[in-house]
Amino acid sequence: MATAASPASGPDLLAPKQSRVWGKLSRSRAAWIGGSIVGVFVVMALLAPLLAPFDPNKTNFLLIRKPPSALYWLGTDELGRDILSRLFYGARASLMAGVVSVGIAVCVGVPVGLAAGWYGGWLDIVVSRITEALLACPFLILAIAFAAILGPSLSNAMIAIGLSAIPIFIRLARGQAISVKAEDYIEGARAVGVRDSVILVRHLAPNTLPPILVQSTLFMAQAIILEASLSFLGLGQQPPQASWGAMLNTAKNFMEQAPWMSVSPGIAICLVVIGFNILGDGLRDALDPKEA
Amino acid sequence: MLKLILNRVLIAIPTLLIVSLFVFALQHALPGDPFLVMAGEERDPESIARLRAIYRLDDPIVVQYFAWLGQVVQGEFGRSLRTGEPVLGLILQKLPVTLQLAAASMIVALGIGLPAGIIAAVRKGTSVDYAASAVALSGLSIPNFWLGIVMILVFAVELRWLPASGYVPFFSDPIGAIETLIMPAFVLGTGLAAFIMRHTRSAMLEVLRSDYVRTARAKGLDESVVINKHALRNALIPVITLSTILFGELLAGAVLTEQVFTIPGFGKLIVDAVFNRDYGVVQGVVLCTAIGFIVMNLVADLLYILVNPRLRGR
Repeated sequence: MATAASPASGPDLLAPKQSRVWGKLSRSRAAWIGGSIVGVFVVMALLAPLLAPFDPNKTNFLLIRKPPSALYWLGTDELGRDILSRLFYGARASLMAGVVSVGIAVCVGVPVGLAAGWYGGWLDIVVSRITEALLACPFLILAIAFAAILGPSLSNAMIAIGLSAIPIFIRLARGQAISVKAEDYIEGARAVGVRDSVILVRHLAPNTLPPILVQSTLFMAQAIILEASLSFLGLGQQPPQASWGAMLNTAKNFMEQAPWMSVSPGIAICLVVIGFNILGDGLRDALDPKEA
Repeated sequence: MLKLILNRVLIAIPTLLIVSLFVFALQHALPGDPFLVMAGEERDPESIARLRAIYRLDDPIVVQYFAWLGQVVQGEFGRSLRTGEPVLGLILQKLPVTLQLAAASMIVALGIGLPAGIIAAVRKGTSVDYAASAVALSGLSIPNFWLGIVMILVFAVELRWLPASGYVPFFSDPIGAIETLIMPAFVLGTGLAAFIMRHTRSAMLEVLRSDYVRTARAKGLDESVVINKHALRNALIPVITLSTILFGELLAGAVLTEQVFTIPGFGKLIVDAVFNRDYGVVQGVVLCTAIGFIVMNLVADLLYILVNPRLRGR
């Protein structure tokens, strides 16, 4: 008697698909460039204690606002701290903000969106209306409102960014669930009596992953800009801890006296955001079946 | 068409109600008792009791919500906890400042984004297309507050060509207004230009592949006529839906741009309110922004129906 094969997600069918995606990804110049840029910043964040030449929070009033030199490659700030060391530690705040806020948005948004798309009916109507209402408020203003409630700190900024991104992932997962649920293999699984929870976890969720992965990568870029924006406004990382946005917030007060303070944190933000955007575009091209 | 319009209007109502619930919940999630702030430093029990009566705090939460909603419908968006001024008045006072910045930014964004998108689509796959796409990617990746800082460093601090900050109303001094607006408008406009460029490019590519454009070319029409008269007109229709995204981006971008250039607008109002713990203003601004956004969404939907010949006939 023939056994009911696990439809599209069976290992025999999935393997060629995976290798095809991997092949396209490894050939994608965009994915390589984006991945390399992101990789450099990840290494920078992880190895900050080893790479930083000085203690990022150590003040030295004899070295206030010194321009770049052989000893202090990027100069020093208004409290005599080494900017290069703060830049390395700032990478931790930025990347952590991206990872945590995307994590919150995916962990809450995807299950809710999948359930709404799968079950439909009243659940879908209620979830869709709430999503629309939350999307009706511009991202930064919503994040500022959440940050105002939670209080200014890096962890609260990450929660605020994650909470304001939940509707995006709900909408994406819902749309994916609606389109995947009409596929033959889902119909087949239902016809042979597979339970809803099993279909959701084993078939629906894995097949909705590619667009969620792409969106997560692209949102990382947005989350890093948002964290920098909130820190720039004073609602994110608090002194004396380093964050690129907070460094720019201080730097704007010393534009005439110490212009170098404004340059490196801004370039770091641009590079990492460009890296995630290019990586996201590369992933989209590799995972999109239409691009085959 | 009337049915479609009615449908869109009806869909907006529950969204508005949910937004109102969210903002009402925001008020109750705030740390501390805002009424202690409102009552002033002396915290006279009589003042607190009066405020609790005005805001019906002793009533059940559902009654409180509907009482508050009734006030919102009548245009009462709450009051500043610090000054006691109506929030709507404060917003209306700051809005012209932000609108002036928004209008100038849109001129920059459309002036760069539309031609760049059209040229990139018409010359798809050439170095012009790649250059335009690279510029758009940079526009989306550069945080506007940093671009603002760099522009101030170059054009105000080093070259001393433009004022570093400030606001001059256009109708009182047009030249002064333009001078103070050039940098903020460019900063806010470039990010939006990247959005417009990407959407215009993909909409143009879609239209250029369509049958009627092929027919127009087969008839021997001049390429400029095909692009301007046939392709562009239809490619711009989906760009209308962008207006709501642009509205949100403009408001969010204005918060940061106004902070960098010390412009006393809508964005500065919310940031100052957060730091002064003036939750009444924060709440009012969120509500007003969301209502504005939903109305913009509705207007964009209606415009889309009006300009799209396929939907107009229904």
